[in-house]
Amino acid sequence: MKDLIRAALAVLIVSALLMWANAELGKSAGKAGADTITVYNWGEYLDPDLLKEFTKETGIRVVYETFDSNEAMMTKIQQGGTSYDIAIPSEYMIEKMKENDLLIPLDHSKIPNLKHIDPYFLDLPFDPGNEFSIPYFWGTVGIAFNPELLDGDYDFSSWEDLWDPALRQKVILVDSAREVIGMGLNSLGYSLNSTDEKELDEASEKLATLAPNVKAIIGDEIVEMMQRKEAAIALTWSGQAADMMSVNEELDYAVPEEGSNLWFDNMVIPKTAANVDGAHKFINFMLDPEVAAQNADWVGYSTPNKDALDLMDPELVDDERYYPDEEIRDHLEVYRNLGPEMLGDYNERFLKFKMEMN
Amino acid sequence: MQSKSARALYLIPYGAWILLFVVAPIALVGYYSLFDLHGSFTFGNYRNFFSSIYLRLTLSSFWYAFLITLFSLLIAYPTAYYLTKTKHKQLWLLLIIIPSWINLLLKTYAFIGIFGQYGPINALFAAIGIGNKQILFTDFSFIFVSVYIFIPFMILPIFNAIDRLNPALIDASRDLGANSWTTFRRVILPLTMNGVKSGIQVTFIPALSLFMITRLIAGNKVITLGTAIEQQFLVTQNWGMGSTIAVFLILFMFIIMLFTEQREKGGTGNGRNR
Repeated sequence: MKDLIRAALAVLIVSALLMWANAELGKSAGKAGADTITVYNWGEYLDPDLLKEFTKETGIRVVYETFDSNEAMMTKIQQGGTSYDIAIPSEYMIEKMKENDLLIPLDHSKIPNLKHIDPYFLDLPFDPGNEFSIPYFWGTVGIAFNPELLDGDYDFSSWEDLWDPALRQKVILVDSAREVIGMGLNSLGYSLNSTDEKELDEASEKLATLAPNVKAIIGDEIVEMMQRKEAAIALTWSGQAADMMSVNEELDYAVPEEGSNLWFDNMVIPKTAANVDGAHKFINFMLDPEVAAQNADWVGYSTPNKDALDLMDPELVDDERYYPDEEIRDHLEVYRNLGPEMLGDYNERFLKFKMEMN
Repeated sequence: MQSKSARALYLIPYGAWILLFVVAPIALVGYYSLFDLHGSFTFGNYRNFFSSIYLRLTLSSFWYAFLITLFSLLIAYPTAYYLTKTKHKQLWLLLIIIPSWINLLLKTYAFIGIFGQYGPINALFAAIGIGNKQILFTDFSFIFVSVYIFIPFMILPIFNAIDRLNPALIDASRDLGANSWTTFRRVILPLTMNGVKSGIQVTFIPALSLFMITRLIAGNKVITLGTAIEQQFLVTQNWGMGSTIAVFLILFMFIIMLFTEQREKGGTGNGRNR
């Protein structure tokens, strides 16, 4: 019994010490300070040096947290436990958050750097007049591939190439319903926002025939698999493809001609914000051409900041794979918020697709 | 009198715990399963569960959980048996248990490397002339890794049961003329059945709802009830349907518990007292 008490006491003392140390660390990290903002962003989606620079410039400390899906982000903001001041959702999620009244309107007079943004990326259907959101990065969905691992000459200018029987067990798909079902729809020439059950049935049937070629359906692990030559072909986002290529130069990226997804991630101020003024300063800071250029360099996705482009490596900026010109962009499609029923339908089709893979 | 009220007092923390963390969550799951996406009352989620997708999903979950449990048992029983015969059995047991303290995700990621195109297994295959094989993202790799993860949980209760077996009973069986197979079948196995049942419980039930391994090792080509629940909650945000699948998972668990119930008296010290 004595031993038990002694052991329990030891545990309590150690826990108390750790808690105290944690609180002290929190203080020095600025968690308890008055002028802080909490930024909620995708993983690997912001150059950490810029956060330090922001603090140096404005005196506002940044608490940085990450998420790995739009849906998880929205759930957390809806619950409202943490006072997120900035979040960076994708376009269809902005539409949804607007519907659910989760966003605070922006004061454009506090964001003078907005003038640096290419007008192409402003005033888009998901947020007319940019009342709630400011462009952060944009990109496409396409096919990353390793020509060295493929026999024959593939350029993946068509989705149909993926169905080539010679590519048995070579294709990795991203674990995301909209991307995969969208690919099925696009390959048949339908819109990737289709809500027509007949078109969706056709797309599902078409996707089922891809089974022999599918090696796996995974998440962010794709990047490493492609870098290490574990896989030859991957359906992925342009930025992830850029990530892969930064390590393995053999790789290439293509957006098939039948059409694909064009997406935007925008900065918003959620209803949970405690420091709306600081959040505006942060948005304005990120739009500064030099900051945007440095960030785009680090992250690898395409920046909508036209003045930042002049400061970047011209070889990258002129690369049609990352910065497709307007003509190509115009036949790409932006995701629309399809509503919960259709999203459920897409997900059930995706679940069925996964079961057909085996 | 005093001891009675004291006993009631001791029950409070336990009762509160059960109420807050067992009864309340299950009740909530049941409650949520009765609502659709718009928050109106419906039995539609249950109807939807009996559509082809979810039934097939359930069947395939059971099939894989069965295979995982079977192979775990086939490996664990002899291992546990020989462990009880070794000299430093506690030490050996500890060596088997230690890997189960390492984070599941870490072990899973290690297997991605081991099974990879350029991993040690494929290097071995190439060296002995079999040639490069796709191991990762197959049924084999999924079952192998799952069995690897569950083996310690299967070994422990069986080890305890065999260890507690009175050796005099085996001698008696031999003296009465039974050969070793009959001894095993008629004496050892029935007396260690409780350990086996506990082992099956702690393996089969979690195996039904595995979800991280299905993605990382099986590349989402194997889908379990766990994956479906995760998707309903995190992606579709259809809490009703997610809860419905969870309700069925709980039901299946109860059924399995019934089948593997410990019937014998005197089986006080079964393997679950770890």
